[in-house]
Amino acid sequence: MQKLGDFKLPQFFNYPPYFTLQPVRDTREKQIQLWKDLILDYCKTHHIFVIGLEDQEFPLFSNPAIERSLTYEAREAFLSALVAQGRAEWLDKSRRKCLVLWHRIQDWANIVLDFVKDNGLEDSVMTVEEIRTGIESRGTELHGIDRTVLMRALKMLEQKGKLAIFKGTTADDEGVKFSI
Amino acid sequence: MAGNCLQAVELTTSGRPVLLPTEIECSLLSAVDLECEDLPNFPHLKSGLLILTTHRLLWLPDSTTTIPTASSSASAIPLAAVTHIFAAKKSIKSMFHSPRLRFQLSVSPEGRVPDSGLGSRSVVVTVVVRGKGDLDAFLSKFWESWRGRAWEIGDEQGSSDAVSGSGSASSSGLYTREGTVRMVGVSGILRKEQEMWESTDKSLQDAFQDLNALMSKAKEMVMLAEKMRQKLLSGSQPNDEELGSKQEMQDWMLSVGIISPVTKESAGAQYHQQLSRQLADFVRLPLERAGGMMNLIDIYCLFNRARGTELISPEDLLQACSLWEKFDVPVMLRKFDSGVMVIQNKSHSDEEVFARIKNLVTKPDALRNGISASDAAITLGIAPGMAKEHLLTAESKGLLCRDISPDGFRFYINLFPEIDPNDLYLVKDYGIYHTWLRAASASG
Repeated sequence: MQKLGDFKLPQFFNYPPYFTLQPVRDTREKQIQLWKDLILDYCKTHHIFVIGLEDQEFPLFSNPAIERSLTYEAREAFLSALVAQGRAEWLDKSRRKCLVLWHRIQDWANIVLDFVKDNGLEDSVMTVEEIRTGIESRGTELHGIDRTVLMRALKMLEQKGKLAIFKGTTADDEGVKFSI
Repeated sequence: MAGNCLQAVELTTSGRPVLLPTEIECSLLSAVDLECEDLPNFPHLKSGLLILTTHRLLWLPDSTTTIPTASSSASAIPLAAVTHIFAAKKSIKSMFHSPRLRFQLSVSPEGRVPDSGLGSRSVVVTVVVRGKGDLDAFLSKFWESWRGRAWEIGDEQGSSDAVSGSGSASSSGLYTREGTVRMVGVSGILRKEQEMWESTDKSLQDAFQDLNALMSKAKEMVMLAEKMRQKLLSGSQPNDEELGSKQEMQDWMLSVGIISPVTKESAGAQYHQQLSRQLADFVRLPLERAGGMMNLIDIYCLFNRARGTELISPEDLLQACSLWEKFDVPVMLRKFDSGVMVIQNKSHSDEEVFARIKNLVTKPDALRNGISASDAAITLGIAPGMAKEHLLTAESKGLLCRDISPDGFRFYINLFPEIDPNDLYLVKDYGIYHTWLRAASASG
């Protein structure tokens, strides 16, 4: 079977109608469902958080083997379906960039908690950047996480009283004080 | 039935009278009663449709309001039995009456209209027009038809054909009938052939001199076409044209010739209704050949070609088709979502078409590359526009799905329902998804 990087593509990826937005309701619903699942799987495998709609940068949206690619309208339809499901968010009003939440914010928050527990950081202080790129997070899903996504997860934990976020010395970095 | 002194008229499935071979409709009156005080067994004919043809007077029950009963079924009076037509009386009294006309009819002693020739008794039949019809026009047509004695010409031709038998031209019969010496041998055949050509040529020239001449020649043209068709059918010379063009020629000949087209002139207010019925009768054969469904445009062309000179407008056709809803006819007008209109048999089932489409798209090649409307048109033997409508309908039923690419608009068998949403990688080792996968990977 075809692969896209490390990602194993399903058989129907070579089915030409998969790349044409289907007009009939039942068929379209199933098609959208399949695209949503595939986009989430692919983003998870490749650790992709933001999909740009305009350019051809997102390889999943075209299949050179059968010379098919999604139209802009179709891309927007599939991503909108993810947005409606709470698994994605538009980053701008013109819908050119989309943030994909292959883990929901709630799940990300749990991953952060596990990370803190695994590393014995229950009462320590870390910067947000340290969580994203530091030595402790290397090899975990948190490594290289999108900043927006991480901040959302942290804020959720803050509301639950599990940590406190405070302004750091530099404007673009913030500190986190865990108190689990 | 014993009580009915008139001849019965056979009706087509759409309620049009079946005419004799050369009979032509001339005029129509609606809401007409036929009365005859002289005959006790004269049927009860109230408020029906009176059709004047070159051969007969036909009375039809009004199918839209009454259920035909035995006592008021379609009846015919041959014009041959009419012995006199009375001029319309203009009197003070007639101003208050429904307009009426009277004619004298010759009947047998038992009071039956004879099949041929004249009877021994004369009775007077009154036509009472309760509707709004142009009685004067009808009367003059009545005179015209009656004096025209078209039935005699028809009889003569029929008998001469029967005598000469082998389909030889009727003009050849003239020689023997008039007692002149018939040419024999090769020169005789050549001469005869020559004369036939000349007369054919002449009738063609005459036909095109002006429209009126064409109209009067139309019948002859139809007969000529029929004759040529017969000749083509019997002609089996080996050095003949190839068979395909012969077949085509025959088809053309066949499609000429509604001998008595319904016209505005003859049918008047009944025009659309009668046209509608005639159309219903006409489309049955082409529909059968086209697999139960035809484009309205194709029908328009065929119908007008068959009518020859009495062409109808697209609006008339549409109106005639939309009237079908009100009659009990075996065909119907159907409008697709795209706006394309077709005529189809009522018995036509989409299921059957879908089965054929499904068969088509599950062939290995179609599984791989899909099908276009023209592919479907070729396989189904229908017009591409029509094929596309079928494909779109099949798509809306979830049988197909589309693929739009720079290569064009194609349809594939719908695999979406087969794919397991919980396991994108699962392909069951049976079913259409599996078949598709095998076909698709066979190409790569």
